[in-house]
Amino acid sequence: MSIRGKAHIAGAHEHPDRKIPDKSIAQVHAEVAIGALNDAGLTMRDVDAYFCAGDAPGFGPVSMADYLGLRNLRYLDSTETGGSSYLTHVGHAAAAIAAGKCRVALITLAGLPRSQPGQRPDGVRRSAAPEAGFESVFGPTTVSMYALAARRHMHEFGTTSAQLAAIKVAASQHAQHNPRAMLPVPVTVEEVLDSPMISDPLHRLDCCVITDGGGALVVVAPEVAAGLPRQTVKVLGHGESPKLADNGRIDLTRTGAVWSGPRALEEAGVTHADIDYASIYDSFTITVLQAIEDLGFCDKGKGGGFVADGSLLAPHGRLPFNTDGGGLCNNHPANRGGMTKVIEAVRQLRGEASAAVQVPDCELALAHGNGGSLGTRSAAATLILGREDA
Amino acid sequence: MTAPGILRPAPLPAPAPPVNAETKPYWDATARGQLLVTQCADCQALIWYPRAHCPDCASPRTRWLPVSGRGHVYSYTVNYRGEGPYQGCGPYVLAYVELDEGPRMMTNIVEAGPEALQVGMPVEVVFHDTGEGSALPRFRPA
Ligand SMILES: [Zn+2]
Repeated sequence: MSIRGKAHIAGAHEHPDRKIPDKSIAQVHAEVAIGALNDAGLTMRDVDAYFCAGDAPGFGPVSMADYLGLRNLRYLDSTETGGSSYLTHVGHAAAAIAAGKCRVALITLAGLPRSQPGQRPDGVRRSAAPEAGFESVFGPTTVSMYALAARRHMHEFGTTSAQLAAIKVAASQHAQHNPRAMLPVPVTVEEVLDSPMISDPLHRLDCCVITDGGGALVVVAPEVAAGLPRQTVKVLGHGESPKLADNGRIDLTRTGAVWSGPRALEEAGVTHADIDYASIYDSFTITVLQAIEDLGFCDKGKGGGFVADGSLLAPHGRLPFNTDGGGLCNNHPANRGGMTKVIEAVRQLRGEASAAVQVPDCELALAHGNGGSLGTRSAAATLILGREDA
Repeated sequence: MTAPGILRPAPLPAPAPPVNAETKPYWDATARGQLLVTQCADCQALIWYPRAHCPDCASPRTRWLPVSGRGHVYSYTVNYRGEGPYQGCGPYVLAYVELDEGPRMMTNIVEAGPEALQVGMPVEVVFHDTGEGSALPRFRPA
């Protein structure tokens, strides 16, 4: 059984704000939920499946379902894989819809790391992890874990800091056309390399922005989509995979995209050459580089050359990416970039991206997320999405 | 220089790890200046991080095995922004060391300036006392 074409994304909404000092996290979940349902032309009453991850406050998905007023639920999923959770949720929602378990799935994300730094709703669970004592005592931080991966990639493949910087440069070129972007000013390779070193070899501008905000998606059965006024987006394929530390065999240069990518492409029945636009998870520049290689858009180890020659630039690059400016320049709500990856892919497929970066005749998009840490253990999820007529 | 394996005061913060019944023998050994891994009694795999079952073959029969404490740097980073116990401690080196016996473990590299660091450089273990009955296995150039 395949989910190909058996579910549509009917609603997508990104919270407009990047700093939200005066609202609760639950409140932002509600605002984006209402935004996505309005976009779809549906209401809370239509929702029969709810998906959320570790950013949702309270008891699994139940507290938020109660807060939102979702009275007609018959399907719940709180799969937590960090920033990739929301791509995974789209895949799971499509599978549940294809199996007849539900018809209208709502997925929400919200967080306030800019206004409330240091507050991690998942902190307790992390400190109880079986590996915690063997890692946390040495002072790993989020940036340093990605820096370890970047260093190893440089060692194995000769990747340079200037090549990584080219990814930020491309994202910033796109962000200048997004009036909501946190960093709307284009930067140069030199500016990235001159920004303060955070964890060698990653500079401040190799990192994503820290923003408050959120986003939501509505995934529906084809017969529901057919009755809606808005153009929808077809879910064509989904793949996911964890990447484990694997009993002391940790490999810092390969990610779960090695498995999630082929699974998604195969289910969709498409190849790399068919992809018109890609949303690529971009917590750090190295995250993008490894994903592009592992998804198979270039050979392993050749990502540096691929990104340095303008391939990522919209609308005419070989692989136009993150046309909203991505997590690197636009928005990384709740320190989780997966939701906005799907939302920008939906915009591209609906022809609603900023005009300067809208890919002409965009028919097929790939959205990829990587949650957790490249430096320890992570989870990848890949979606292939198509225009309604795809 | 002091011989490896000797307990010494830490040049870096040395937060005490969480210890439970499964990991207590490991941490007790660190306080004696000894690095242990677990080994599967059935498939003989070395197990890192240590645990009571074998993640390679699912055997519940494992035993403690001392290792040499020697290895090489698999990757490293100089982190300028410590958090938690490391906040404000200045730059420090986070690394993975591949033990001569095979497993790659997270650690810090000490007694080496950033300019001396290289992927592949040989290192040996030193133990930094946490003051709570355990010591952190860190590595210095060998
Ligand atoms: Zn075994």
